[in-house]
Amino acid sequence: MSRLARLLVFAFGGGVMAVAFVLAVLDLPHFGTHEHLYRDLAVPAAVQHGTANVVSAVNFDQRAVDTFGEESILIASVVGAAALLRPSSEETEQRVPDLGRTLEGTRLIGYVLLPVTLVLGVDLVLHGGTTPGGGFQGGVILATGIHLLYVAGSYPALDRLRPVTMFEIADSVGAAAFAVIGLIGLASTGAFLGDFLPYGDFGQILSTGTVQVLSGVVGVEVVGGMVVLLSSFFEQEITVRAEDS
Amino acid sequence: MTALVAVALTVVALAGTAVVLSDEPQRQAVTLSIFGTTLVVLFVVLQAPDVALSELGVGTAVVPLMVMLSIRTMRKDRAQHDEHDGEQDGQ
Repeated sequence: MSRLARLLVFAFGGGVMAVAFVLAVLDLPHFGTHEHLYRDLAVPAAVQHGTANVVSAVNFDQRAVDTFGEESILIASVVGAAALLRPSSEETEQRVPDLGRTLEGTRLIGYVLLPVTLVLGVDLVLHGGTTPGGGFQGGVILATGIHLLYVAGSYPALDRLRPVTMFEIADSVGAAAFAVIGLIGLASTGAFLGDFLPYGDFGQILSTGTVQVLSGVVGVEVVGGMVVLLSSFFEQEITVRAEDS
Repeated sequence: MTALVAVALTVVALAGTAVVLSDEPQRQAVTLSIFGTTLVVLFVVLQAPDVALSELGVGTAVVPLMVMLSIRTMRKDRAQHDEHDGEQDGQ
């Protein structure tokens, strides 16, 4: 396609997009008003299912199928990146000596924040149904927290304390468990990802039916996925050297 | 409250412009991380703590880190190819 043709295609697409966007924004409710159609439907539905964190109720109960799609996208992208970054036949894996130097202050902050971050991540996953947070947020914070070991310590330290195989298993088990819970819901309530667990007292950690379970499962999958993704980058960067030809 | 939202939005706009104006991709990774932090503040001000937490993990830590690692991986690959071509020319 020539430059002019590409420009014309862009001008057409961009123009339509700009007009549609402006029209859509003009039709939005005004900023800061108290009229929220979605809230009026979502909040009572969340409270009815004993879920204090309405955002989690939307993610894991009311629109759980959307979340299932998102989790599938995550696992597909992790598998794709890992496949692209695997050492090719011309490359060999070598353990390079740790040459980097870390500032004392960075080491101190890293080691102090490592346990704090891990506890925060677990807390966010476990209280996904009751307080802000949930499986995705907690999982991402756990996965990045683990890498403080690399920032504060060294790559060999991270490599020893982070068996990648375990996280690969966690990634796939988490994704599969989401589907299994969905199928159990289908069998017992007649709807995929239907909420089949009893609701307890509002605001209690186990009051949220399947929301908390799905949040935990997503947490496991996200930790696995993120760690596998970052580890394949690190493997490529730190340990892989092309064979001397 | 409205003033706070206005300040947070302005800071986001400034940080976003800084990301666009950063000329090299690895500098962009750093400004992107700062941009992510300003977005976290905006989301907290707009009372969306769930989104703020996601942005904190993904926008300020994981995405800039992956940008940096991708750039380094590509550079190393290119350097090795150049080295290889040089050897062949020498023969």
